[in-house]
Amino acid sequence: MKHPDKKVLLEMFSTMTKIRLFESELQKFFAAGKIPGFVHLYLGEEAVATGACAALKQTDMITSTHRGHGHCLAKGGDLKLMMAEIYGRSTGYCKGKGGSMHIADFNIGILGANGIVGGGGPLAVGAAFSCQYKDTRGVCACFFGDGASNQGTTQESLNMASAWKLPVIFINENNGYGISCPQSKSMAITDIADRAAGYDMPGVVIDGNDVLAVYEAVTMAVERARKGQGPSLIECKTYRWRGHFEGDACVYRSEKELEEWKAKDPIPRFAKKLVETGTATQTELDGITASVAAEIEAAVKFAEDSPFPKPEDLLEDVYA
Amino acid sequence: MAIKTYLQALNDAMRQEMERDENVFIIGEDVGKFGGCFGVTQGLFDQFGERRVRDTPITESAIVGAAAGAAAAGLRPVAELMFVDFIGVAFDQLFNQAAKMHYMFGGKAKVPMVLRMPQGAGVGAAAQHSQSLEAWFMHIPGIKVCIPSTPADAKGLLISAIRDDNPVVFLEHKILYGVEGEVGDEATPIELGKGEIKCEGTDVTIVATSLMVHSALQAAETLAAQGISAEVVDPRCLVPLDKDIILNSVKKTHALVVAHEAVKTAGAGAEIAAMVAEEALDYLDAPIVRVGAPYCPVPFSPPLEKAYIPGADQIVAAVKSLR
Repeated sequence: MKHPDKKVLLEMFSTMTKIRLFESELQKFFAAGKIPGFVHLYLGEEAVATGACAALKQTDMITSTHRGHGHCLAKGGDLKLMMAEIYGRSTGYCKGKGGSMHIADFNIGILGANGIVGGGGPLAVGAAFSCQYKDTRGVCACFFGDGASNQGTTQESLNMASAWKLPVIFINENNGYGISCPQSKSMAITDIADRAAGYDMPGVVIDGNDVLAVYEAVTMAVERARKGQGPSLIECKTYRWRGHFEGDACVYRSEKELEEWKAKDPIPRFAKKLVETGTATQTELDGITASVAAEIEAAVKFAEDSPFPKPEDLLEDVYA
Repeated sequence: MAIKTYLQALNDAMRQEMERDENVFIIGEDVGKFGGCFGVTQGLFDQFGERRVRDTPITESAIVGAAAGAAAAGLRPVAELMFVDFIGVAFDQLFNQAAKMHYMFGGKAKVPMVLRMPQGAGVGAAAQHSQSLEAWFMHIPGIKVCIPSTPADAKGLLISAIRDDNPVVFLEHKILYGVEGEVGDEATPIELGKGEIKCEGTDVTIVATSLMVHSALQAAETLAAQGISAEVVDPRCLVPLDKDIILNSVKKTHALVVAHEAVKTAGAGAEIAAMVAEEALDYLDAPIVRVGAPYCPVPFSPPLEKAYIPGADQIVAAVKSLR
C-alpha cells in the first residue's frame, strides 16, 4: 500500500480538526437553545470518518447514521450548508427540511445521514449495486454503529453484499454503547468484525482512534472492492465523548471510563505523530487549526444570518 | 391491440421499459428463471440476463432498501415482493427511507423505484398472504400508489410508474392476473392520478378499486335490470387521487357508494368518502355508503373466505340502501 503523502496527511489533520471544532461549537449552541431538535455529537470518533473518507474518491458514495456530521464533513460536506441546516435555515443543505439527522449531498456521494438505526445498510447495498451494474468501479462505504450491527437490516445487507460481491465497505463504529446499553449487554461477542466470517468477507478490528489505521484498512477494502472482490467489514473501536444525544446525563457510564478514552484523543495523538516524523511542524498544524476555526466562525455567521424557511415552503418537494 | 391477461400486460410493460431504458432492472425473490411467484416476470431473465433480472435472498428489507439505494444512485429498479403482506418486514425501508428522501433532503434526492406487490384474497392463502393494504401506503406522503383493475390499465400505469421519479407502490390483485382484456402493443403510459369511468350512469356513483371494479360492473348490470343506472368510477391510483373524476360523477348522480376489498375500517374508502363529504356534500341526496371486508383477518376455509370478500351482491345492497 502506498503511504499517504504529506498533503493527504495534513488534509486528514484538517478534517479531524474541522469535525472537532464544528461539533464543539454545536455543543455550545445547543446548550444555549439556538439549535432545534436533537443533536448527536461525534466528538471523540473523528478518526473513523476522517480515515475512511480519505480512502475514498469524491465519486464514491457513503451512507451515514444519526451521528452523521463527521461523515458528511469528512466526505467534503460544505460547512456553511451543514451549519445552516442544523440551525433549521432555508439556506441549509436540505432547505431546513432535514436537520442534523438528515444531511445529504448527492453531488459528492453523501447519500444521507439516517435517523433509523440500521437504516443505511440496504441503501448502501443498492448504491453499490448501481456501481457494479454500471461498471463504474465506484464503491459505497456504509457507516454503522455497534447498535445497528444487531439490526436485521445490517445482517441482510452483509449477506446480500457478499453473495453479490458488491463494492460495499461496511465501517462499524463501535463506540461501546447502543444509546445507554453497553455492548456487553447487547451481544455475546467482543468483536463485531467476527460476524464477517459468517458472510465470508474479510473482517478486521482496528483502533478507531488511530486515523492512519482506519485509512489503511479502508484503503485495502476499497482496493478489493474496486477489483470486484466484494465487501469488507472493518470494526473501528472508538468512544463517544458525549452522551447519545446532547442532554443525555450519561448515568450508564463512569467518569473514569470517559477520562481513559479522552487520554486516547485521536487528534493530539495524530498531531504528535506528524511532528515526530517530521511531516509537519507544530506551527503548521496550529496554522491549520486557526484556519479551520475561521471557516467555522464564518459558517456560524452564515447560519445565524440566514432566514428560516417560509411556512409556504412546507409542501414543496413532497414529490419529485 | 391484442387480448392479453393482466399478468401478460404487466410483463409487457416491464419488457418494453427494459428495452427502452438500460437503467431499468428487476429485483426480487425468485424473479429470475423461476419467473416470479405468480409468473409476472417470466421470460425477462432469458431476454435480459442475470445482470438485469436479479434474484435476491429472502430478505425483504434488503430488497426494498437496495432498490431505494440503487434508485437514489441513478438506476430505475422494479422490485417485487411476493405478497404485499411481507411489506411489514421491510416497511422502514419504504416509508422512512424511500418515501422520505426527496423531501427530507430538500428536493435533491430522487428515488425512481417501483415496488410491485400482489395483494387480495380469493386463493385460499389465509391471513398472512391475502390482505389488501393500500390504505397503509396512502397514509405516507412521498410515495405514489397504483391499483389497476384491467390489463390495459396495468400496462399503462406500470409504464408510467417506471418512468416516474418517485417511489411508486404498485398493487396487483392475484385474482386479476388471469383476467383478459384488450392491451395495446405500444408502450403507452397512463398518467398517474387519472381515473377512468368504467361504466357511465346517472343514478349513483360507485367508486371501486382493483377486483371490486369487476364486482361493481356486475352490480351495475344487476341494477340496470332493475332500472337503476350506476356509474362505476375506477380511480386507478390512490395517490395521486383523481378527485375531479369522483366529484364530477357525484355531482351528476348525487349518490355515492365506495367499494374495496380491504377491511372497511380506516380503509381507502374512508378517505374517499370524507373527501366527498368535505367537497361535495351539498350534491348528495343520501348518506355515503362504504362496502369493504369485515374487520377480521382473512380466513382460510373457502366458505369463510367467500364470506369475507365483498362482492357484487353487497354493492347492489349498498346502492339499494340509498333509496
